[in-house]
Amino acid sequence: MRHVVGPVAEIPPGSRRLVEAGGKRVVVFNLDGAFFALNDRCPHQGGPLHKGPVMGLVESACPGEYRYDRRGEIVRCPWHAWEFDIRTGRSRFDPRRVKTRSFPACIEKGADLQAETFPVRVEEDYVVVEL
Amino acid sequence: MNVINPRLAPGRPPAATQGLVDVDIHPRPRSLHVFDPWLSAEMRHRLHSYGLRARHGFVKGPPYFKAQPLASRRDAWTPEGGTPASDPAFTAAQHLDHYGVDIGVLNPLQPSGQGDMNNPFSAAMAHAVNEWQLAEWVARDGRLRASVVVPYEDAEASAAEIRKRAGDSRFCQVLVMSRTSHPLGNPKYWPIFEAAEEAGLPVGVHAFGYSGWPMTNGGWPSFYIEEVSEHATSCQSLVNSLVIEGVFERFRRLKVVLIECGFGWLPSVAWRLDKLWPTLKDEIPHIRRAPSEQLREQLWVSTQPIEEPPRPEQLLDCMGWIGWDRILYASDYPHWDFDDPRTAIPAFIPEAHRAAIYGGNARRLYGF
Amino acid sequence: MSLHPALPPGTVDVDLHPMVPGLDALAPFLPDFWRDQIAQRGLDGFETQSFPPGAPKTVRADWRPADGTKPASTPELLRAQVLEPWGVARGILTPLYGVQLVFNEDMAAAFTTALNDWTRAAFLDHDPRLAASIILPMFNPEHAVEEIERLAPDPRFVQAMVLVMGETPLGRRHNWPVFKALVRHGLPLAIHAGSAFRNPTTSLGWPSWYAEDYAANQQGFQSTLASLITEGVFVKFPELRVVLLESGVSWLPAFLWRLSKTWKGVRFEVPWLERSPIETVRENVRLSLTPFDAPDDGATVGRLLDHLGSDEMLLWSSDWPHWQFDGPPRLPAGVDAALARKICVDNPLACYARLGQEVTP
Ligand code: FES
Repeated sequence: MRHVVGPVAEIPPGSRRLVEAGGKRVVVFNLDGAFFALNDRCPHQGGPLHKGPVMGLVESACPGEYRYDRRGEIVRCPWHAWEFDIRTGRSRFDPRRVKTRSFPACIEKGADLQAETFPVRVEEDYVVVEL
Repeated sequence: MNVINPRLAPGRPPAATQGLVDVDIHPRPRSLHVFDPWLSAEMRHRLHSYGLRARHGFVKGPPYFKAQPLASRRDAWTPEGGTPASDPAFTAAQHLDHYGVDIGVLNPLQPSGQGDMNNPFSAAMAHAVNEWQLAEWVARDGRLRASVVVPYEDAEASAAEIRKRAGDSRFCQVLVMSRTSHPLGNPKYWPIFEAAEEAGLPVGVHAFGYSGWPMTNGGWPSFYIEEVSEHATSCQSLVNSLVIEGVFERFRRLKVVLIECGFGWLPSVAWRLDKLWPTLKDEIPHIRRAPSEQLREQLWVSTQPIEEPPRPEQLLDCMGWIGWDRILYASDYPHWDFDDPRTAIPAFIPEAHRAAIYGGNARRLYGF
Repeated sequence: MSLHPALPPGTVDVDLHPMVPGLDALAPFLPDFWRDQIAQRGLDGFETQSFPPGAPKTVRADWRPADGTKPASTPELLRAQVLEPWGVARGILTPLYGVQLVFNEDMAAAFTTALNDWTRAAFLDHDPRLAASIILPMFNPEHAVEEIERLAPDPRFVQAMVLVMGETPLGRRHNWPVFKALVRHGLPLAIHAGSAFRNPTTSLGWPSWYAEDYAANQQGFQSTLASLITEGVFVKFPELRVVLLESGVSWLPAFLWRLSKTWKGVRFEVPWLERSPIETVRENVRLSLTPFDAPDDGATVGRLLDHLGSDEMLLWSSDWPHWQFDGPPRLPAGVDAALARKICVDNPLACYARLGQEVTP
């Protein structure tokens, strides 16, 4: 199922928007113009991820060294602070087994969406998630 | 005992058939000025010019920086930007109504003057915090019960505050912090136990506070992750102290509730004391009951932060060793390590036990 | 009776405590200056509050010699009380004489060196079954490294030992040169119960009773392990083996549950920790079996062993001459013969590579 989140201009880089559709709550992030959608429900106890702060990814090859990059691409759960990679939904502490579901998100032309009878303006770009 | 009609709420755990009692909610003052009406001019001056003086070096904030601001859920700030759990209406909406909490126990933490370096100030603040709980919280929401906050480093003043509140059903327990300046079983604190026993109030021990001593018995650790871990060791030390000093032998009707202390460690501590007891009986002849028996009869624990062992049956083992009738649900609202009652108390726990944890045990203990 | 299997042949006892008869015994191993200080300053022995020599707990009643000889002070006593009657094949000595409590770091280093030399001369040279810990003067890590370098060439020193309650948490980086030296020589780091009395024995201040002091070791082991893990010692030194002695056992699983749970949320504070502490501990940490703080029923012990999640972590110990049990040793109820063999023989041999080497005293 496709869901139109809103005009691109309303979700500027670094921001996020919570959408509810098809019984799901999904949070859509704009990372420098690319859009990513995650299940809003934290896989731990269900904390609302859209309320979580974002930060960069800190890694360390050796105690005392801090490599910090990808600023803004990690969301921390607002409750127990588990870190999730916004691009993949994978947790940092156990990326293989613990993740929040991620959904495809993309930008589509209003003109293309018009055919599907969403109320859109032709001249604008829209963020669309595939649920 | 009141009859509790379980509320219907969107988030209420269906297994809470004996009511949903949350034994750990942390109301927070909007500003330090909320305490002014109940403070003398001298104490008001002290509060607003010297501030609270806990046994650590920073004027503001804790020495081990929290994982989240104000150690709170990020979604617990009020829509107006007010600090978490500073607004009874928002607290009710986000927590009590949302989960269908029938009774919530208030445990005010800092800023409250508990464990302050200055005893008279600590006593003045305890009185003010207790009046504030009644006026701002209990009077506005009938589901809430207050804790008697005490200046625990001054046991006589604490006992006086407890006696003042005895018989007032708006208060359900006496509250002390786990990190006291002496191990809690020390005779220095006995007037608190005596007054609590007399008033028929359990003593809730909430993890936290600053003892003034290094946070481990091998010196100061480096990280917050260690501090969190060390709350468990501090609580273990206070349980050792209560048992070995003979507090449970002297105060046979005393009930102690460990709040936010974790509980996974308790069976091992009890077994260790049982193992030690025969080889140290010559030193502590005042201990007549096996330590595990004392703890089984006079100690309760709360669930949050819920233990998360690798496999479900390990949690069941642990809870069974402690006693299914001794475990109380706690949320720790609005703190970051909050436990959602629906997801934190796992469904693999048999339903009757879950019902007891959610409400039955707390109702029996506190007489709700 | 299979509920309590006996010690299998080849058993290694990893926690034996020879007791120094007095400072006079160390005198031959001290430089002249420090030897003279004993008399000049009236030094009266370094027995510590952690193990008061007169307390029943410190020496089992039937192990106090009737003739007034200091308990546990000779290899003959060890042979007669442990090695012969129980058929123990190898034993590792760890004296608990309180050299760690001395504040003067030069003096601490001198007396620690003398203590290690005494252990070698008074015990190791008299019985080929015996091995020993290098006692470390941790007040100054440079001194500790020197002591490791001095004794590592003697294969009878199979590990180095520090007290669990030291001055600063053990994992702190100023201690890392010590860990580096241990790894270089393939020596495990033993952490034994006891305090250097640099800090109160509880995080709530000084307790009233010795019983609280003894109980406090259990907290000390948790804090020390938390420090080693969170500071990243096992990241920096993945080969380092740590052996907890007289630590108790049953506290470990719940301690790890809590630490691992917190780590998931505050990993960013210690980003060098890539793995859950549970996994790290299973690989790098071993524990002596005595005192085994659990009820004496097989079902509970079975569940505890399941919580531990590994049958390779436990090493048998008598804790001689401390009073942990009466009569001959028994393994906990519920330990079957196969596990008994692992605990008593295979695990210690795997942990202490040096025990397998040919010993030529
Ligand atoms: S609910 Fe998200 S980390 Fe616990």
